[in-house]
Amino acid sequence: MQLGRVLGSVVATEKVVGLEGIRFLIVQPLDKRGRPQGETLVAADAVAMAGPGELVYFVASREAAEALPERFVPVDHAIVGIVDDVNLEEE
Amino acid sequence: MKVGKVAGTVISTINIPLLDAHRLLLCDVEDIEGKPSGYTIAIDVVDAGVGDTVLILDEGSSARQILGLDHGAIRAVVVGIVDQLVVDGEVRPLT
Repeated sequence: MQLGRVLGSVVATEKVVGLEGIRFLIVQPLDKRGRPQGETLVAADAVAMAGPGELVYFVASREAAEALPERFVPVDHAIVGIVDDVNLEEE
Repeated sequence: MKVGKVAGTVISTINIPLLDAHRLLLCDVEDIEGKPSGYTIAIDVVDAGVGDTVLILDEGSSARQILGLDHGAIRAVVVGIVDQLVVDGEVRPLT
């Protein structure tokens, strides 16, 4: 799982069957200190509570769809939690 | 599996129900020379602490098997605490 910052949302009316009701958010992946790292991506919001500006963590690959109510859906990133705090040893 | 070092913890109140019962560790993944090569947030099942060199499993179905689950959105799990690393016949100090 990786850290990410929610930048915005994606609205799509026509979707693959199984993705109805799922929110999609634009996420900027972050390094462990919260600095942007890599390209933005679109992730399904499995906690249904994340919003723009929030620090989240997301799971990638096949496991992303496992976080959703319908498990056999074409999703490759899913937000699985909202971060309250990251405690790093050196800080 | 990968070798890494626990750099810290991630605290989260709002998450998918599966993660309610587990500690999350932020681990630096290390290459063969012990240099950092990215990081991952992993579930802890061995009570590892910050600074420990650990063995990280990063594969979904094995992760679910360890936690006794048929389904669930987990992939990275800290499955061991490393006591010693021997590379090319030499003991590599655990940083």
